[in-house]
Amino acid sequence: MSGFLVKPELPYCKGCGHHLIVRNTVKALEALGASPLDVVLVTDIGCHGIVDGNFATHTVHGLHGRSVALAAGIAMGLPPEKKVIVYIGDGGATIGLQHILEAARMNVDLTVVVHNNMLYGMTGGQPSGLTPTGFRTVLTPQGYPLPHHDLPRLVRDAGAPYAARVVGLGDFSDVLRQALEVEGFALVEVLEICVSYGVKMNPDLRLKELAQETGYEPGVWTGARPAFRPSRRETASLLEMPAVPRQYSSPLEGRMALILAGSAGEGVQQAAELLAQAAMMAGLHATKKGSYPVTVGVGFSTAEIVLSRDPIFYHGVPQPDAVVVTSADGLANQRERIRRMTGGVLWLDASLPRPETGAEVRVADFRGRAGARNAALYALLTVLRETGVVPPEAFLEAVRESPIGKHVDLSGW
Amino acid sequence: MNETQSHPVLIDGSRLIAEACVRAGADAYVGYPITPASLIFFFASRRFPIALPAPDEITALQWMAGLSAAGYLPVSATSFPGFALMVESINMAYMMELPMLVILVQRLGPATGTATAGAQGDLLLLNGLVSGGYPLPVFCIADLEDCWRLPPVALQTAVDLRTPVVLLTSKEMVMTQESFDLARLAEIAPVRRTFYEGPGPYCTYDPADGLVPPFLPVGNGQHQVRLNASTHDRCGIIQHTSDEAMANTRRLQAKVEARTPVLYSLDEQEGARTLVVAYDITAGAAREAVAALRAQGVPVSLLIPRTLLPLPAVYLETMDRYPRVVIAEENHQGQLAHLLFGRRVPPHVRRVTAIGRMIRPDEIAQEVAR
Ligand code: SF4
Repeated sequence: MSGFLVKPELPYCKGCGHHLIVRNTVKALEALGASPLDVVLVTDIGCHGIVDGNFATHTVHGLHGRSVALAAGIAMGLPPEKKVIVYIGDGGATIGLQHILEAARMNVDLTVVVHNNMLYGMTGGQPSGLTPTGFRTVLTPQGYPLPHHDLPRLVRDAGAPYAARVVGLGDFSDVLRQALEVEGFALVEVLEICVSYGVKMNPDLRLKELAQETGYEPGVWTGARPAFRPSRRETASLLEMPAVPRQYSSPLEGRMALILAGSAGEGVQQAAELLAQAAMMAGLHATKKGSYPVTVGVGFSTAEIVLSRDPIFYHGVPQPDAVVVTSADGLANQRERIRRMTGGVLWLDASLPRPETGAEVRVADFRGRAGARNAALYALLTVLRETGVVPPEAFLEAVRESPIGKHVDLSGW
Repeated sequence: MNETQSHPVLIDGSRLIAEACVRAGADAYVGYPITPASLIFFFASRRFPIALPAPDEITALQWMAGLSAAGYLPVSATSFPGFALMVESINMAYMMELPMLVILVQRLGPATGTATAGAQGDLLLLNGLVSGGYPLPVFCIADLEDCWRLPPVALQTAVDLRTPVVLLTSKEMVMTQESFDLARLAEIAPVRRTFYEGPGPYCTYDPADGLVPPFLPVGNGQHQVRLNASTHDRCGIIQHTSDEAMANTRRLQAKVEARTPVLYSLDEQEGARTLVVAYDITAGAAREAVAALRAQGVPVSLLIPRTLLPLPAVYLETMDRYPRVVIAEENHQGQLAHLLFGRRVPPHVRRVTAIGRMIRPDEIAQEVAR
């Protein structure tokens, strides 16, 4: 008995082609001179999947169709001298086709052996994506009407450096050995017939002529590409953030909730963040959150800012003290909230119609003075000048120190 | 903390979570973009020693399982639509006993719901996540400091128990920027992790005389490792329903029940007749409600659960001491209340719920004062 097997008698039906796949795999591994603990065999769900108990290698028995993705994770975590082999059926290859293509595209270092008996054996003989036209299954006794996937071709198109298709007869260990020698993604599709269902439904089918009769073309296709293997890298702490200096003060006693509403691309979120920072420079606590449509580059952009003397545990803004609107998008987005305001102040760009509201309305020419790009910044500066809740100088300093500082001409503000 | 040492910044929970994971020893992040978890993906991609963008969430979880099997400590973050795709694979990792961390950032459902609205709607989903009803450790972040404190606990639990762990949070927690003093963050020690060092033969699922089998990565040169998502015996060999296999399956429950750390904070006030219970984003509103009530002279106590599953007995024991309990959570059903009391929530237990918006402190305070 080979050192790769702990039990020579395999768990398959008499005459099942899976036997030969195991024997040829073992032969290929022996020819490579590999040792069992250098090999990880990942199996899928299907008759082939219960074979792991026979192997002396590492064995991983996963979910239906996911074995290639699981094996890709293992292969990405192991050094190149380890061999990762996937046993998968035509059913598993169908449900997990995306994983196969992705592993081929990335060129992950593993060898996929597809046990293609052209139907689901374990569950009673249903057709799969690899069932060829005319092949009779339990569910298609008149013959399967559709063409099969061409796996070697698909993985080659995806970038696999090695793909092969063999008829599961006799000794095909050389093909498996070649596949295992590739550093990168290799797929070997083995054509066989399930003696329990395939033969019963297609009694005239001869294994020797299987390829011709099913329209499958045997062959070996090769290319060369470097394998993908992630390597650990050094990274810098995410907390290398400059401390916000505290050099101003604020008269705010309680809490102020402010909403800034404008258009995407007009710096609303950045302006709100700078206000929060300016508030911190003045010794306040601050929170800021943004809201915008899924198409981030168009439509409204709204920010909610809470400033407070005491720590903020709840940062929702059910009733804003101030709403600042710099564009029509912002007004449309906040119209409902503005309508519900029974107090507070609404700062409104001069270009906009006056909405229904119980808030005091103050109109100013933000867009005209600062241009669309800087209207949000200028509007917040205006609010600070009129309320003094945070010193305007703190805000201007925050702007100047920020990445946008050198692009904004603050002279004349 | 004195003024000279303070380090105030404007920061979000996503950044703290990613940094805390890496400092705790997580070394691989597998991500698929989804709002509101993408910010964690962004920071993790900058910070993790290995960061891989996956083509979908099933692949993400399978890669994580593969990396975990090879000895890595992987992390991913997602939201319900992606999490739903991960469920079978989380079951696989649970059965294979592979340590990993999945951060679930809740958003408004059902289905795609509203990607940019927060929610606390996934607790009941997590309670039944593993087929057969086996418990998965679930911790829940209640504030920015938890974004730092809980990832290491979750990762240590994943390693100690050999299991996937879920860290539950929500949109407003990980995307809101808040003023925060970095000087308040304690040092994070890397998780303690040991591998099997015995003479063999190694049996992947033999817990010896304990509950958790020692771990050994696949591909190691010393001992064969057999991992199995199907029902299996102590050595990882597939079984139908043998006694040994059933004992192994029962052990999965026993280890999680016995070894999941119980984390919560309980702020009790003398003379309080009402206990407020809130977790995740609503914990902040509850803290403000409790502070406001106390300022008005109304004594009230506050329980913030951080270990959500398996549900610690101490929560019910604490509630038993109060004539009134107010449970506040941002979902339609009162999911924690349902978990605690089923369909028969006793009349002295009041629920404050909302969808599509955060629960306000005044709603909680009103219910307490009622
Ligand atoms: S059912 Fe078919 S595929 Fe399965 S072992 Fe038997 S012959 Fe092989």
